[in-house]
Amino acid sequence: MTVADQQLSEYRRREQSITLSQVEQSGEDTHEELLTLNFGPHHPATHGVLRLLVTLQGEVVRSIKPVIGYVHTGIEKTAEDKAYWKAIPVVERMDYLSYYFNSMAYVGAVETLLEVEVPKRAQYLRVIHLELNRIASHLIWLGTSALDLGAVSIFLYCLRERELILDLFEMSSGARMHTRYFQVGGVMEDIPVGFVEKTREFTKVMPARADQYGAILNANQIVLQRLRGTCPLDAETLLSLGVTGPLLRAAGNPWDLRKAAPYSSYDDFDFKIPVGTVGDNYDRFAVRVAEIYESVKIIDQALDGLPEGPHITTDRKIALPPRHELATSMEALIHHFKLVTEGFRVPPGEIYYPIESPRGELACFVRSDGSSKPARVHMRDPSFVNLQALSHMAEGSYIADMIATLAMLDPILGGIDR
Amino acid sequence: MEIKREPVPRGARPTGQGQGEVEIDSSGLRVNTHDSKELLRGAELLGPTAPASMDGEELERYVHERVLTTTLEKAVSWGRSNSFFPLAFGLACCAMEQFQTAGPRMDIARFGFEAFRASPRQADLIILAGRVSIKMAPIIRRLYDQMLEPKWAISMGACCSSMGVFNNYALVPADKFMPIDVHVPGCPPRPESLMHGILKLRKMVQDDPDAGWRERYGAQGTEEILPGA
Amino acid sequence: MPDATGLELLAKELQESEGMGAEAILGTLYFRGHATLEAQPQRIRAVLGRLRERGYRSLMSVHGVDYYPHEPRLGVHYELLDMDKVDRVTVVVRVSTDAPDLDSVTPDGEDGKGWPTADHQEREIYDMFGVAFHGHPDMRRILMPEDYEGHPQRRDFPVGGEPVIFTYNEHESSGVTR
Repeated sequence: MTVADQQLSEYRRREQSITLSQVEQSGEDTHEELLTLNFGPHHPATHGVLRLLVTLQGEVVRSIKPVIGYVHTGIEKTAEDKAYWKAIPVVERMDYLSYYFNSMAYVGAVETLLEVEVPKRAQYLRVIHLELNRIASHLIWLGTSALDLGAVSIFLYCLRERELILDLFEMSSGARMHTRYFQVGGVMEDIPVGFVEKTREFTKVMPARADQYGAILNANQIVLQRLRGTCPLDAETLLSLGVTGPLLRAAGNPWDLRKAAPYSSYDDFDFKIPVGTVGDNYDRFAVRVAEIYESVKIIDQALDGLPEGPHITTDRKIALPPRHELATSMEALIHHFKLVTEGFRVPPGEIYYPIESPRGELACFVRSDGSSKPARVHMRDPSFVNLQALSHMAEGSYIADMIATLAMLDPILGGIDR
Repeated sequence: MEIKREPVPRGARPTGQGQGEVEIDSSGLRVNTHDSKELLRGAELLGPTAPASMDGEELERYVHERVLTTTLEKAVSWGRSNSFFPLAFGLACCAMEQFQTAGPRMDIARFGFEAFRASPRQADLIILAGRVSIKMAPIIRRLYDQMLEPKWAISMGACCSSMGVFNNYALVPADKFMPIDVHVPGCPPRPESLMHGILKLRKMVQDDPDAGWRERYGAQGTEEILPGA
Repeated sequence: MPDATGLELLAKELQESEGMGAEAILGTLYFRGHATLEAQPQRIRAVLGRLRERGYRSLMSVHGVDYYPHEPRLGVHYELLDMDKVDRVTVVVRVSTDAPDLDSVTPDGEDGKGWPTADHQEREIYDMFGVAFHGHPDMRRILMPEDYEGHPQRRDFPVGGEPVIFTYNEHESSGVTR
């Protein structure tokens, strides 16, 4: 490398000073020596491109420093450049396993700023899709965590169930992931004929499948020994770290925004919040698996009570008119044109809209300055905040426990890095 | 020693007037001069991929390199193409669809590609699944360098093929820092799309006898800079 | 959420509590059912500490906003949550780009316990906006490479990216010529 030295920053000089020469063994007891290991961004057990600088003493983890930013996409900056409804696909790709939740937080924030009423049918459809997405997210979590622990077949079972859910998403919106189904004021399209029946088939099958996963994992000595009693953390420390979601519920605090501050008609449904007792890895695992059953219950109730009505707000200044009107009505054509080219304008203000995503409190902060593009979009991502708990949880335990804890933490790097 | 021969027009029929001698020409190739028949068969075997502007010695040498050693090369290419070891490398949302491709419905194992290796030294196919940020790009380049020849790269999804949905300061299209063989569009591409891309790569590997990357990308004469050198 | 009168009462309480003074709370805003207090940058730790005593024990989010072209340009929002009463309140501080300094609320100090949850979030605000938090245990860039220059989320930072190549400008592309 022939770059002049003064052009190199301190950071690059440090990087280049790493040599591959042999390190002298100091001769003392090697169990006392501290070894800093780099769990690089490319690692099969880190969920995504997370880099951990782990300092080990023997096999015991003494300190963990996460280094993130390897999938930073500048989503918040890109969203400032686009009209409000054109930013929905951009914001959806943040936490890439819970895409409906990302769009729900953003769309909810914009709807609060606009003070637009979402029709009841749209709210129920949103709840159905959100809970289906919660189950899909928990299935991938279960599959990849079991993969980390060594149980490879669970991964394939979970993917099989997830295919059913992705079929349902494809039926309602046309795409399997990142569907931009939620729009400001409601949902993009009404569900097609057959969606309700197919979803009911799924909800009939899902609890039995979840029982099967439980039967494999809960009776497996290796899984139990790796998860029970490892890396517990009490609710007080978790609260001071800002951790929410299944991690906090596993430690005993039943905080769930769906019950505490219901949004989008969640108070119409009757469901329980699974809460753990000890706060170790097994509780985190059990809480998420139990949440799958509860989500199935919510979907069933939503399908039973699905009201008739419009699927999006009838305010033509915000929602696109239905296409058949474009042929006959001049106002519809003008509205369509204005909405597609410029987009609607939002009165100036700032709002913070929190929802409960599969990983915790996902919130969207939108600041509008009166124009048709948002002035600031910030997603408060739960994984970003939950990652700070990793060092508190895993310090002092074995490195294998750290891997299990990382799996139970369910970090999604897209949300962490945005 | 020069070989005097009239240039044989392509498509000409063999006249059967060979001498049956073996001669060595200036480039050291052993050429059987009597058999314009063999030469033509080679050109015919090459078919539409034979360059039209070559004739005579050049065509001969080309045919020799491409076709006369074809059986072994083809067998090796067939073996290589049917046993890609993909690197278990998922960056973002496309990784979720990569999982689904390995899942029970789309089942990449039907084709023999289910052995996702964790170590780049053991892998020969890197599927860049997801968005490549500027912090990650040098690391991916390092992973690609650590892979052993022959190696291929598939850029899955819109974000690494072009900039995708996010055309901003934080991303790098993968073409800027590593050679990509197949780009699979989509955001994220369905498992069927990814499978189509992988099968296209398989076909590419089977048809092309040269698996070395320097020949593929016209980088002959380049030198790899290794750390510490 | 505290309603509008509740917000005014809260602001008054904070101003009258000891050691704070009237200049600690610069303003209140009640918008769409959500309460916001604007605080003086020097007093941010004290304001958050007092709010913690009143029950807002969870700091849910710390994020930055660029208010360009209004001055002072950079704002930092602290979202507080009271889990028992299910109440939220936002505390906003504004700093200018000439003096983007704030006390970090992460570490424990003599004026009370800190909020460990602000650790990575303050690093992100430093990375994206350039607000330097004094007293933060590890003030480095978190999302961009460590030697990156510039603060991307500021409004005057260009979005960047590759030019979209059509036939009229295909000669500008960095070009894979294969």
